[in-house]
Amino acid sequence: MKKGLVTACAVAALAALATSSFGAGISDGVVKIGVLTDMSGVYSTLGGKGTQVGVEMAVKDFGGKVLGKPIVVIGADHQNKADIASAKAREWFDNEKVDMITGLLNSGCALAVQKVAGEKKRITMNTGAASTDLTNSACTPYSVHYVYDTYALGKVTAEAVVPNGGNTWFFLTADYAFGHSLEANTTKFVTKLGGKVLGSVRHPLATSDFSSYLLQAQASGAKIIGLANAGGDTTNAIKQAREFGIDKKGQKLVGLLIFDTDIKSLGLKVAQGMQFTSGFYWDRDKASRDFSKRFYAIHKAMPTMDQAGAYSATMNYLKAIKAAGTDDPDAVMAKLKSMDVSDFFAVHGKIRADGRMVHDMYLMEVKKPAESKGEWDLLKIVKTVPANQAFMPLAESTCSQVKK
Amino acid sequence: MNKILWAVLIGMGLLAPFVVYPVFMMKLLCFGLFAAAFNLLLGYTGLLSFGHAAFFGGASYVTGYLVKSVGLTPELGVLGGTLSAALLGYAVGSLAIRRQGIYFAMVTLALAQIVYFVALKAPFTGGEDGLQGIPRGDLFGLIDLGRVYTVGGSPLGLNLYYFIFFMFCLGFWIIYRTIHSPFGHVLKAIRENETRAVSLGYQVERFKLMAFVISATLAGMAGAMKSLVFQLASLTDVSWHASGEVVLMTLLGGVGTVLGPLVGAFTVVTLQSELSSVGSWITVIIGAIFVVCVLLFRRGVVGELSRLLKRPL
Repeated sequence: MKKGLVTACAVAALAALATSSFGAGISDGVVKIGVLTDMSGVYSTLGGKGTQVGVEMAVKDFGGKVLGKPIVVIGADHQNKADIASAKAREWFDNEKVDMITGLLNSGCALAVQKVAGEKKRITMNTGAASTDLTNSACTPYSVHYVYDTYALGKVTAEAVVPNGGNTWFFLTADYAFGHSLEANTTKFVTKLGGKVLGSVRHPLATSDFSSYLLQAQASGAKIIGLANAGGDTTNAIKQAREFGIDKKGQKLVGLLIFDTDIKSLGLKVAQGMQFTSGFYWDRDKASRDFSKRFYAIHKAMPTMDQAGAYSATMNYLKAIKAAGTDDPDAVMAKLKSMDVSDFFAVHGKIRADGRMVHDMYLMEVKKPAESKGEWDLLKIVKTVPANQAFMPLAESTCSQVKK
Repeated sequence: MNKILWAVLIGMGLLAPFVVYPVFMMKLLCFGLFAAAFNLLLGYTGLLSFGHAAFFGGASYVTGYLVKSVGLTPELGVLGGTLSAALLGYAVGSLAIRRQGIYFAMVTLALAQIVYFVALKAPFTGGEDGLQGIPRGDLFGLIDLGRVYTVGGSPLGLNLYYFIFFMFCLGFWIIYRTIHSPFGHVLKAIRENETRAVSLGYQVERFKLMAFVISATLAGMAGAMKSLVFQLASLTDVSWHASGEVVLMTLLGGVGTVLGPLVGAFTVVTLQSELSSVGSWITVIIGAIFVVCVLLFRRGVVGELSRLLKRPL
């Protein structure tokens, strides 16, 4: 009789143990977050190691553990090559038990990784790439597009430039998914506002000599030269345009995607007065300043929207795991899409059915050298564009996750 | 003795996915076949092509297009990709073999750059992004290549692995047979002394062209397989870096040996994967290994081994 009781207790205890480790909770006993991004190329200053720093800070602030299980962060460089990115992601999902991938600068790489993640039913929280395809034709039930996209960039910038006389455009476009998407979206808004696009020229990613492209832009006679590229490409184009004296001959350069680090590398003297769209600025309010100063202490540079976004995405991912009581991707995605994601990074943030995280966007202007009070006092917010006006309306999304 | 060696190797190939990460293993097989095909030309005919990436990468685009956009089954896709490489090989080969030595290498490089440009600009290739999301599909319309089996808690794509392993064995067998046929002996004769082969009455140009086409076809087959494995065809595989890498693999493993290219490809790919965390230093490290190899064992790993054992490997 007594023996029977002991056996029954043991069975009950085992059953309890089994449910706690299988029914809910954390698969494989660890939550692993992979930072897959450009760590060495033209985008590495605006993302790169800084993105990993953001993710690691979020993990530390969360306490390093979720539901009693450790959180591990790993990073890798995809070298802006889609084949390396997708192979790495596949290996991470198959072998390393990575639960979520973030960063993902470069739309070509991001699209490839999102595809693999969708097949393997794992979450991607994209903070780096911009293409709107990520939340339209290529969306999956497990994809989140966190920081910004080419729709918001094109819309906010075009609305600021076209009504002020900038009604003829010529595009200098990075020749891959991101550049194409940015050019197409901006063109849509320029023409909608009564402007005209006179032409465009495409350059390879990581171009060092823009002279032939700039000459074409100059010959077009357009008032605005739209730079549908990013990072090192944008700063190179702007510097070389200045050497050509393009800005003195009545043509204006408009960068469609610019990060704080780009302005830092250009210097205020060159960049002053430029307007562009951003999803985050470190000096916006107290919360963003507090975070950015802590980030600066580690990374020796203020966070860009990609890097700050990676912190916020990771933090909210971990919160969603805690709230769901499991790291099961379906349950976590359901929580993410239902919770409010407002924090120091996102104002009025909400993740929609198509994976788009909508939040307020900002029209920024580069300060004059005289206005700047410090090394990183570079920008001022000209206008806040509310979340529901900045991003593509859900009704227009072609994502299969949107019920119509 | 030889039969035992082959049986052991095939046995290892069959069991490999349970030990090594299958996708990585398949990558090794694709590059192994690519290097073996290249070796047929460099090691047995004495022709240094510097444009083999055009066949490797070109076929991966064609296979990707056929499977993704035309909707063919994977075996037909691989067949189509392989045939396209054969045609391209015929075109490139008939131009290139008219010249010798460095000029031959330059002609192949130039023509391969044209293929690269087409891959960059053609509407169906996806440019810098590559041709993404190639489905693995159903083999003969019956066997799902994407199917994943759970063995001992880890997911294994065994259907695809055994398909790729079979294709690899087929390709490797063709190379082996070619080398050991009378045709292969004529190739070796041309390699050793072309003038003498001509004086013996062989139409050297035809033999060279045939060797070139066989090599291009099998390189294409390797590329076609790779596009199914990674579900992606990208510029990396058609760029001249890939052409250079295959030369490195072949020399490192042992040029003119049957197993050398496999050993070379496995070494280079494993190094690249193991050292990927050190970033750009990887080229320096592989370069240093190459220098050591050229200085200390000029015949390559397998070449030196075969000299020590005093028998061809």
